[in-house]
Order: sequence, then C-alpha cells, then structure tokens
Amino acid sequence: MALQTEPFILNVGPQHPSTHGVFRMRVTLDGEVIVDVEPVIGYLHRGIEKMGENRTYTQIIPLTDRLDYLASLTNNLAYVLAVEKLAGIRVPERAEYLRIIMAESMRIASHLMAVGFFLNDLGAMMTPVLYMWREREKLLDLFEMVCGQRLTYNYMRIGGVSQDIPEEFLPALKKFVAEMPGFLDEYDQLIAQNEIVLVRTKGVGVLPRETAIDIGASGPVLRASGVNWDTRKADPYSIYDRFDFDIPVGTTGDNYDRYWVRMQEMRQSLRILKQAIAQLPKGEVISDIPQLLRPPVGEAYGHIEAPKGELGFYLVSDNSIAPYRFHIHPPTLINLTALKDMVVGWKIADLIVTFGSIDVVLGEIDR
Amino acid sequence: MTIALNGEQVAKKINEAYPAAAAAADKVGVIVNSDSLFQVAEFLKKTPEFDFNYLGDMTAVDFTDYFEIVYRLVSLEHNHSLVLKTRCYDRDNPAVPSVVKIWRAADYMEREAYDLMGIIFMGHPNLKRLLLWEGFKGYPLRRDYI
Repeated sequence: MALQTEPFILNVGPQHPSTHGVFRMRVTLDGEVIVDVEPVIGYLHRGIEKMGENRTYTQIIPLTDRLDYLASLTNNLAYVLAVEKLAGIRVPERAEYLRIIMAESMRIASHLMAVGFFLNDLGAMMTPVLYMWREREKLLDLFEMVCGQRLTYNYMRIGGVSQDIPEEFLPALKKFVAEMPGFLDEYDQLIAQNEIVLVRTKGVGVLPRETAIDIGASGPVLRASGVNWDTRKADPYSIYDRFDFDIPVGTTGDNYDRYWVRMQEMRQSLRILKQAIAQLPKGEVISDIPQLLRPPVGEAYGHIEAPKGELGFYLVSDNSIAPYRFHIHPPTLINLTALKDMVVGWKIADLIVTFGSIDVVLGEIDR
Repeated sequence: MTIALNGEQVAKKINEAYPAAAAAADKVGVIVNSDSLFQVAEFLKKTPEFDFNYLGDMTAVDFTDYFEIVYRLVSLEHNHSLVLKTRCYDRDNPAVPSVVKIWRAADYMEREAYDLMGIIFMGHPNLKRLLLWEGFKGYPLRRDYI
C-alpha cells in the first residue's frame, strides 16, 4: 500500500530573524519540499503615498528616507529627480557630482548588507555580517560627516544637495576607495571559495531569463538572470553618461549569481567613485528655487537604478504646493513576485536563502 | 537613452489594428478605451516593431470625475518606452481588464491599485487586498477618503 501524504502549511514570520523585517510567508510543504508559498505583506504600511499628498514637495524628501532605509540616499535622489523633471529645475555641476558620490557609496553600503545577511541566511550566523559591517561603518561615518545622520540622511534637495562636503570628507573617501578592493578580495576568499556556500547556492533558486523579464524584475535580480539592463546605462540620469563602468551580468540566475552580481557591482561603484572624485568641480551645491515650489500642471516619472532595482516616482501636479498624486514604484515588491517560481520544488531551508538573495527591505515593500 | 515613442504615431497604428480602441495621443503617451485595453496591450507586446516585453510601472490616479490607470511599457530589446493610459468613469464600480496574463509584473501592482484605489481588474487571478487587511472599509488613496 502506497504511503499517503498530506500537505502541511507552515507559517513563517511576521516576526522572524530571516524575514528582514515584518514579513510573513504561508508555505505549503510536502514533507520538507515546498509546494507553494504565499507572501503576506503590509505589516509596515504607513501610507506614505497618501501622506505625500498633504505635504509640500520639499517635505516629502524625509518620507522617502523611510522607504528602503538601507539606501536612503538613492531614494532621495530618485524623488528629487522626478520633481526636477516635473518643474524643469537645473542642478549645479558640483551638486550632480556630490549626488553621484553619495549614490554610489550608498550602493556599496546597501550591497554590503545584502551580501552579509545573505550569508547569515545561509547559516553563517553573524560572523560574515560583522566583516561587512566593518566597511559599512566607514561609509556611515562619511555620511554622518556630510549630513549628520547615519540612517535617514535627508541630504538631497530639489535643485541640489543640502550642504557642501566638509574638508575632511574627500581624504576619508579616497582612503576608503583605495582600501575597499582589498576587503572585497578578502570576502571573495572567505565566501566564493567556501564549499558549503557553493553547494547551497549554485543552481538553487534559479530564475530563468524570460520569467525575470515577465515578472518585471529589476536590479541585481534581473541582471543575475542574464539580462543586461541597468537604468544607469539604458536610460542615463543625472551625469552617469560621463563615467566609464561595466554592468556585471550573471548567466544562470541562481542564488550564487545574485550574490556575484552584487560583489561585482561594488567594484564598479568604486570605479565610478574614483572618476567622480577626480572630476569633482568647485561651485554652488544648490540652485535657487522657491521655498514653496508650485510645479506646472502635468506629470513626471523619475526612475533610477537603486541598489535593489529600478526605483521610480510618479508625480502628478495640479499647480499647488503638494503633489496631486505621489506614487512609488518599489523594486523589491516586484522582485518578490518571483519568489514562488524560485523556491517551489526546493527544501524549506532553501526558501530562507533564496528569499535573502532577493535582498528585500520591508520599509519599501509596505511603504 | 530610452526613447519615448511618439504617442500620435503609436495611436495611429493601434487604431488601424483595433478601431474600437479609439486611441488618442496625450502629452506623454496614448489613451485607449478601457474595453479594448487587453487587446491593445497584447498588440503592443506581440508586434515586433514595439515588442514591449517589460512592464515598468502601473498605477491609478483619481481625478474625481474619472480614474486614470497608467501603464509604463518598456522594450528591453529596442530600449524604447510608451505610457499607455485608460480611463474609467464609473466611480461606484470602476472596472478595467487585467493585464496579468500579458505581463505577470502587473500582479502585485494591480492588487495594490485595487487595495488602495478600489479599481477592479477583471480577470486577475487573485484580486485581494495587498497592503491593508481583509475587511478594511474604503479605499484610502481616493481623493474623497480622508
């Protein structure tokens, strides 16, 4: 007589160390094998889109810090770019360069967290994360030097940035850029040659190229699946067309590729930082804009390549001091659509690793 | 640079294929009749000249007289984009066809628009609230919800 099995429903989260915030998954299991997974979100929903409709354009900038709070500066950047597009505001040269420097430093800081916690999810409890934090700490010190904050920077302004960098900033950043490749080699040595890491990540959680495009994935998740699409190259914003850098593209779209793409992107960000530091001009950091901005009636969509994917802001203006509609396109929410495709047929332990490889931040998913 | 396609030219091609769509160009893209949205979306994806294989963003805007649903289509192969819009005037029962069958990316975006704006996407495989809880009254992103 054949043994009968019954599906088993397991609840993961919302309070769980591996869900990177308050995120819940309803997992249907057959023994240890995943049959279905349904993400349940909304525990951190603060209604930021609605709040935006009652604030002036400048007052919204600190709200964007609270989206992906591990990459606040890039959130600021995406938002101010959308407003500048809507109102047709010009940005001084020096501010453009400072924005690039901050955005690329932020990308490194965000990817360090992503890679560190990815290893945490693999079972390398806290040790690799502390290596990554060592370097992230230096970046946070740099950000603190510039704007006095370590998490929610509120640094970008419509028409520029809030303040110029202090004297000691550039030497510290140059030192970081010079040292960082050595640390990246160290991580590679510790991680990429570790047999356990390779066995648990190579070929696991594969997202095929066609599915990645169909579900609208972006960022490292899309590129790991072999799609050469980076908004910085495909639709250059700010002054990205002036820099020489490559887009790392994966081949199979498995967990290892997503890890690898992030590691390579950090090296490319360092290349951009080097060029930006060398070219940094002198001058104003913010253009003269009215205190209460009233953009003309119309709409604008500003999008950037944030560390986690394509982050977009859609603004509709009715010529008042607050946007008529303030919509956020969050990359990680869309990347999450792929979770089920990646994990069905794999074991429950692979779910945690694959989920970690998407690199989600719930502040952005729930908004 | 992603090239934004000219709305008038695209609208002309849509009307040739689907006269019922009544496509018209607006400042940023093309507006079509909501009844023909699914056919037009499929046409824009499958025609090699457009090849819109990627849905960049989708959202709804409440203009009090009508709801406007905005799709941002991108072709990764040709590196061009198009803003496709549709309107629905029925405030009590705003319904438009779902495009999840064409771009799976629309799955969460349509659920979000349903959750916060109350737009019903006909044919969506799993249309239920995304961010708010089941049983929540009202649609917070509508202009008349305070």
